[in-house]
Amino acid sequence: MVQTIASVDLPIDETLKIQKNHLIPQEGLKGGEKRISIVTGTHGDELEGQYVCYELQRRIREDYSSLTGIVDVYPAVNPLGIDSITRGIPGFDLDMNRLFPGSENGSMPEYIASKIIDDLSGSAAVIDIHASNIFLEEIPQVRINELSKDTLVPMAKKLNLDYIWIHSSATVLESTLAYSLNVIGTPTLVVEMGVGMRITKKYGDQLVDGIFALMKELGIWSGEVKEPKEPIISEDGEVSFINAGSSGVFVPNVGHWKNVKKGDHIGDILNPLTGEISERIHAETDGIVFTLREYPIVSEGSLIARILA
Amino acid sequence: MEEKILFELDSLYRDNMRIKGYTFGSGEKSACIVGATRGNEVQQVYICSRLISILEQLEIQGKIKAGKSVMIVPSVNPYSMNIGKRFWSTDNTDINRMFPGYDLGETTQKIADGVFRNVSNFRFGIQFASFYMQGSFIPHVRMMKTGFEDIELAKDFGLPYIFRREARPYDTTTLNYNWQIWETKAFSVYTNATDSIDSESAAEVINAVLSFLNKQGIIEYNCHEGYISKFIEGQELVNVKTSTAGFFIRHAAVNARVRKGDLLAEIVDPYSGKSIDSITSPVNGIVFFHADQPVIYSHTPLYRIIPTDDLI
Repeated sequence: MVQTIASVDLPIDETLKIQKNHLIPQEGLKGGEKRISIVTGTHGDELEGQYVCYELQRRIREDYSSLTGIVDVYPAVNPLGIDSITRGIPGFDLDMNRLFPGSENGSMPEYIASKIIDDLSGSAAVIDIHASNIFLEEIPQVRINELSKDTLVPMAKKLNLDYIWIHSSATVLESTLAYSLNVIGTPTLVVEMGVGMRITKKYGDQLVDGIFALMKELGIWSGEVKEPKEPIISEDGEVSFINAGSSGVFVPNVGHWKNVKKGDHIGDILNPLTGEISERIHAETDGIVFTLREYPIVSEGSLIARILA
Repeated sequence: MEEKILFELDSLYRDNMRIKGYTFGSGEKSACIVGATRGNEVQQVYICSRLISILEQLEIQGKIKAGKSVMIVPSVNPYSMNIGKRFWSTDNTDINRMFPGYDLGETTQKIADGVFRNVSNFRFGIQFASFYMQGSFIPHVRMMKTGFEDIELAKDFGLPYIFRREARPYDTTTLNYNWQIWETKAFSVYTNATDSIDSESAAEVINAVLSFLNKQGIIEYNCHEGYISKFIEGQELVNVKTSTAGFFIRHAAVNARVRKGDLLAEIVDPYSGKSIDSITSPVNGIVFFHADQPVIYSHTPLYRIIPTDDLI
């Protein structure tokens, strides 16, 4: 059943609605059922979660009798952003994932953020799906704040993803949806995968398999599920960053999610005006390239790759 | 006056971006003034340009005190202003959410690092900031509650108000916050314009900054001392929101004294032309802020009012 969790009138004959689809067992609710919430579209240029929302519900409909709990699907918490291909909230130029927990009495973005938190609160698990941005391609991964790792790592292992990155706590991240929910006791896993403005069906199918595995673990699904793959788990110290030292056009020489050795040729930054190579980039450590530059134009400092040692 | 490039970013497709600092006097790093960090902060650059012009004259007249120096950085983001964008020209990140910066990080982290290395270690830091919502303020000094803020010192600007609010998580990466953490006495000064030039409020702020520098013994400048500033905490202000959307027809301006029940604004249906909502003041008070966009969403804060008991 499609429900509206927040609505805001726009100036010219339009109402902005934040909607979810609320799926419950065929026989109705008996009380005590657990709920999993799938949230995506916080950043309007991240679309990988759109396919996940569709595919998850398609598979549930195929075997609806196996649904034993509640599944809430929120495909677009920033619908104006998705519709206008805008990462932030159009009209305000704000990053929605720096506004949580929001405020009932605040401006329109803060009001919506507070309604989203209210609605998600109490879920047994929330999956907050992101898709990097247009600049970087990411392997399917879960990112966990070190403060929540004891609760979240066991759940993340069920999601059938390649990698779990436990990152250090930063005050600025306290305004994210995930932090705001975790701090009130609603376990929330941040998934990053693929690249902005695209859908990578393979990654979406992989995550949906994992969501069913987690649903089964939580008692929300009684049907067959695939055994989740064993993820690599690491902390910050094992991740090295490669940033551009000059401006230009980056052309990679390695594949994404491939092993590299120290000194391997990662790619070149080219100068199309002079026909010269501005910078040759080499790996500074052995490891796996789990983040790789997708958008070719780079400035000094642009992230080229992250390597997991 | 010494003009110096503080940070330069090479670009393949554009002229290099140069962040410049203008220093007056020599010796102790007394005060640093930073204008625009965003591409739409035109008023902030304008105020800096006026200050540079005045300080240049004061320096020629020997009115920068011996052993003192002032540096003005008019803009840390000329690239975005030149193409009409508020945030960073390529990835839309906000340089004022990147401090203290990171020299091995992403482009805007590198810019923040390059700027912060040059603007830190001053005794006083003054930033001309802007609000994320379009609107007008009574000129004021804004401070975050960090434990390092100095309200008494802020009174030396002589602006009508000093406003203090709680720091939020995302504030920890602003220039103002990091100045404070690194022991610079930091102040954000707000005027009532951002993406346009308002010479009247600019003149008020220019006088306030020069008066402040004069009182700290950094320059010699004859000017009026402004107001005896009133200190207000963020939670004291009364927010007035609209529950309807449409044309925003404003009746009360900043600094207006209003009574409880006075009409502040109307919301007009954009097709029928009918007034569909009347926004009235819930308290007696003074208008501190009002929004000024022509069309508004529902749930938009339209006014912030300083409550008063002494309304005549």
